[in-house]
Amino acid sequence: MGHKSVETKYYQERTSFFEDLTRMGQLSRRGFMHIAGISAGIAAAKGLIVPQSFQLIEIAEAADATTPAFTVAYVSDTHLYTRNVNDRFVRSAVKAVEDVNALDPQPDFVLFGGDLAQLGRREELDLGAQILKDLKAPVKMMVGEHDWFLDMGAHWQELFGPPQYSFDHKGIHFVTLMSVNEKDFWTARNMTPEERMQTVAGLDNGVQSRFEVGPDGRTWLQNDLAKVDKATPVVIFSHSPLYKYYRNWNFWTDDADEVQSILSKFDQVSVIHGHTHQLLLNRIGNISFYGLLSTAWPWPYAPEGLPKLTVQMNRADPFNAFDGCGDGQLNVLASGMIDKIYNLWNRNPVTVRASYLSSGGAQDRPSATTLSSY
Amino acid sequence: MMPLSQKLAFALLLAGGPAWASELPGHQLPPSANGNLVVGLCDGETSIEVKGVKPGDPLTRQQGQEIADTLMKAWREKHPDAEWVVAEAEPPAPAQMPGVKAPAENQFQTYGAYTERDQQVWKESTDRLVAEGKRIFHDAKALGGTNAVSCDMCHPDGSNTHPETYPKFQVQLGRVVLLRDMINWCIENPVRGKPFPDDDPRLKALEAYILAQRKGVALEYGKH
Repeated sequence: MGHKSVETKYYQERTSFFEDLTRMGQLSRRGFMHIAGISAGIAAAKGLIVPQSFQLIEIAEAADATTPAFTVAYVSDTHLYTRNVNDRFVRSAVKAVEDVNALDPQPDFVLFGGDLAQLGRREELDLGAQILKDLKAPVKMMVGEHDWFLDMGAHWQELFGPPQYSFDHKGIHFVTLMSVNEKDFWTARNMTPEERMQTVAGLDNGVQSRFEVGPDGRTWLQNDLAKVDKATPVVIFSHSPLYKYYRNWNFWTDDADEVQSILSKFDQVSVIHGHTHQLLLNRIGNISFYGLLSTAWPWPYAPEGLPKLTVQMNRADPFNAFDGCGDGQLNVLASGMIDKIYNLWNRNPVTVRASYLSSGGAQDRPSATTLSSY
Repeated sequence: MMPLSQKLAFALLLAGGPAWASELPGHQLPPSANGNLVVGLCDGETSIEVKGVKPGDPLTRQQGQEIADTLMKAWREKHPDAEWVVAEAEPPAPAQMPGVKAPAENQFQTYGAYTERDQQVWKESTDRLVAEGKRIFHDAKALGGTNAVSCDMCHPDGSNTHPETYPKFQVQLGRVVLLRDMINWCIENPVRGKPFPDDDPRLKALEAYILAQRKGVALEYGKH
């Protein structure tokens, strides 16, 4: 093998890149550019080498409503015990941080989707904070029930601040909700904080209350959105799904209807939620819902209530501790809608185009699973 | 069969044995002048001599019945006021048992003649095993785990355990496995405990819970 110049390598990469795209059978320039952007996202998510200087120029040229304006990475549901109790979950969280740090270009920011800790202990939250400090991009924190119900959020808030906040970024209004409030089920049962936490940490018990944003949270949301124009794209980060999926497992937000009604005045709303540990898609009215993957373990699809638009991910290989887990990206389009990349470890990533949900499943359907739930 | 008088003689021999034996009431049978068999009643008092039968001679069923009837008659003469219920002579009709439909007369048998109360008791016993399985399923310590992982964390309500698909060839293990093999696999790997022996009550309870969660699902062994 002779020496290859930088240019030779560049052209070879470009040629192979376009050959791959041609194979994908794309026709129009717009469609072509769209795929180019997504492929780059996939390649980046898989940690593959991307011919990026070339890529960036093309994206800039093709800027339109379906082109990624910027990218947000996510890590969610790490469920950390302390290292001496369970090192696997710690390794998974570190792996996700490494995935995100390997993205080039870096995302504008990283969403942490909640359930940093498993049992809300100070040491677990501290460990999580320490791991997330290694992220190169800025981090937006969301709280989960596993972080909250030992000390009712005291230590989490010390570390990360208020659980409910909003911000604007490149023309999009982002809101992070505290959506894992529960009505008091513990006082009447004389539960210790540890018992309360352990109860909330379990999925299949009928003891705990259902999640809700609650009246205060909804008022806050209403006030926050009052000053936002209806044409502004809105993206909501919420740990619970903000719709009603499966009550028995608390894949559920009790006041979902009220929250959706608050969001219904906007032209475009995307809800990014944690908690369900699976590829989960829904569309209600003008709202697109995307579930996040967990780094710790995947959850089976619930026996009923699965939204029709959800294309199931293959069931997890029990012999691979990381299968069905992962992290991912939100490619925020110029239109304010979101192409979502599920970066499933040990599998090819799954890209869900914004148009799939906005078209009610008519367009761009991701390929169906070959291994559905039992 | 050992003749009764010999049995009693044997019992009497015990009188010289342990201290507790001497406290037992004995039935002193009067010896027969002709060396005939003497049989005592269980009241410890009544006895008869069976004429023409020596101890050790075989008895016919008819002779046995006569002996029993004679002894019984003697007892009833001694206790004219005793309330005597003839057991077994008139077994209660099946219809009298609560909750059981009277079976056709000619098909009645004790097997299957259970009542609603029986069913309740049995259900409770079964549910107790299932509940114990549920407890272990949700308890990392009870599973013998070392990393605070319990079954329910990946399998809420026993979901995705599909017990109805076993036995099946488990590619990753290279052999045909039963549900219990997969339970033990999970205990050893994600839970990082020690697998349970096949007859471990914890394993039985876990199987009971997992199967109970799939009530009504069609068995489909070998399904992938």
